[in-house]
Amino acid sequence: MTATRIYVPRETAAVSVGADDVAVAIARQAKESGDRVQLIRNGSWGATWLEPLVEVEVNGKRIAYGNVAAKDVPGLFAAGLLSGGEHEKRIGPTDEIPYLVNQDRWTFRRCGLIEPLSIDDYRAHRGFAALEKAFEDGPAAVLEAVRDSGLRGRGGAGFPTGIKWQTVADTEADQKYITCNADEGDSGTFSDRILMESDPFGLLEGMTIAGFAVGASRGYIYLRSEYPLTHKILSKALDSARDAGWLGSDIRGSGFDFDIELHLGAGSYVCGEETAMLESLEGKPGIVRYKPPLPAIAGLFEKPTVVNNVVTLASVPDIVNRGADQYAAYGVNRSKGTLAFQLAGNIKRGGLVEKAFGLTLRELVEDWGGGTATGRPIKAAQVGGPLGAYIPAEQFDVPLDYEAFIEMGAMIGHGGIVVFDDTADMAQQARFAMEFCAIESCGKCTPCRIGSTRGVEVIDRMVAGIDRDDNYDLLIELCDTMEDASLCAMGGMTPYPVRSVLKYFSEDFAPSTGVKQ
Amino acid sequence: MTTTAYDKQTASELIAGFDARPEMLVQILHAFMQRFGWISEAAIRQLATELNLSRAEVHGVVSYYHDFRTSPPGRHIVKVCQAEACQAMGSRELSSHAAKALGVEMHGRSDDVTLEPVYCLGNCACSPAIMVDGKTYGRVSTERFDEIVATLQEPLR
Repeated sequence: MTATRIYVPRETAAVSVGADDVAVAIARQAKESGDRVQLIRNGSWGATWLEPLVEVEVNGKRIAYGNVAAKDVPGLFAAGLLSGGEHEKRIGPTDEIPYLVNQDRWTFRRCGLIEPLSIDDYRAHRGFAALEKAFEDGPAAVLEAVRDSGLRGRGGAGFPTGIKWQTVADTEADQKYITCNADEGDSGTFSDRILMESDPFGLLEGMTIAGFAVGASRGYIYLRSEYPLTHKILSKALDSARDAGWLGSDIRGSGFDFDIELHLGAGSYVCGEETAMLESLEGKPGIVRYKPPLPAIAGLFEKPTVVNNVVTLASVPDIVNRGADQYAAYGVNRSKGTLAFQLAGNIKRGGLVEKAFGLTLRELVEDWGGGTATGRPIKAAQVGGPLGAYIPAEQFDVPLDYEAFIEMGAMIGHGGIVVFDDTADMAQQARFAMEFCAIESCGKCTPCRIGSTRGVEVIDRMVAGIDRDDNYDLLIELCDTMEDASLCAMGGMTPYPVRSVLKYFSEDFAPSTGVKQ
Repeated sequence: MTTTAYDKQTASELIAGFDARPEMLVQILHAFMQRFGWISEAAIRQLATELNLSRAEVHGVVSYYHDFRTSPPGRHIVKVCQAEACQAMGSRELSSHAAKALGVEMHGRSDDVTLEPVYCLGNCACSPAIMVDGKTYGRVSTERFDEIVATLQEPLR
């Protein structure tokens, strides 16, 4: 009798709610009952609300059990877990879970499915096929595919990836670099993390293709230090890829050399800004640089440098594999392809939803998310991280499209959606936006460094009812100054959440505002 | 977390592990943090000498990043996420609870524990989240907080 395969995710969210304990309990129970079990630590499918999501493979089909706790394991075995038996935690076949089935999985198609650190499993799911194709087709074909796909930077700024790569490719230099921005600091975002933990080779392949396309032989991953498990997984993936010849000199006989160094950030939010990240990679304080020069011309160690987000880079292999037109067929207007939206905060069914651009915020928050976790009415959603606007529930019919969001004074950013119920005090959230900017400002430019502190003070006065109208005008003026005169998005976009609160929730600034009952 | 007191020899070996490349300063400081638990003035002097940087340059990096502490922490480090997703799920209340339960203010320390804010652990679909000695926990109610804190090897107060 062959061993029954049981999948238990080894991914931060799943582990944070007990997946390791579940894995231990399953191994112990199998030993006790004399069952042959092969425990596979997969990544996450991204249905985080169901974590720990345990799957059992029965006749080639994976049967899912949700929210499994270690204490459930004996009961699950008694109920016939190994043959997919009935149990209150049984959800059914994984490939029939609506939350997952109704997505447009492109970049995240292997997440949850494969064993993250197995190169064989990766290869069995079209892994490294794109790199081989790139070697055959040549750099120009890769650049063309990335350009034609319409892929834009998924870190938040949405800059066309093809143009960035072309600039680096066209700039003469003795050394060029590929840097991956894995400093996923926005609250409400975790798609980079899920990808790196669930399909790390997908990122490594994307970076290698980028290196080949622009003529760079060295890559860096700048990973935030708040992700220790991701660090372990990526380190192992890098070692395995080197051992198997997918990184290093003369990769698989192609004559192309490329290797990747993994760096840890050190708790600074602003290091997610590309030039601050480059400074940090050079071992310096993460202080923002003036632009120009663009990093594509003079970036890391003043050499031409591609700076791309994890999801951007990991989207490339299948663009090369399947063709630019396939990717561009997803999405709307100038927002082509898919985005991994992340449902977070006060939401019933939080997790990762990769969908083509163009669906509405309401579809995401209500159809996928199922409303708030507390069961109370939704008051607002902050989209795009701490620098994104708070959007009131009445405006949720706006389509998720970069330009449509910009038009309403908001941004999609990295796709994080943080939901708040009607007990949220929005004045407090506006204050936090300024406070966070004050804590995290790199200090180089005055509007951000000083403006954020003044912003907190002005909001405090408004909330206290001191010269409310004068302070309102002052806050608007301060927002104008920060937006117009800050060096980077930290100070330049902190006004977004503040303005959105002033616009949609001004009643929360009344003196009576406090903790609502 | 097991850390050892700073000593020059060990520090030198750690620096050598990064080929004494000055651009690796942030990474070397992480290695120091892991080994020694904090960055002392002596460590800063040694780093400056061995990496051929000024003390001001090293100090600038140490003081810039939240991760690098310049005084020893308590035996355990508890971080409570303060960012928006966790705020939406009651992190402000959880923070007050943590301070009360651990007997230290936010940013404060006792022999047992250092309590710190953190701005996002990337566990935003399982809010509120905390990190205890480098391990992330999600869906942390006040009751679950007490359980997590109680199971630490060296019991807190």
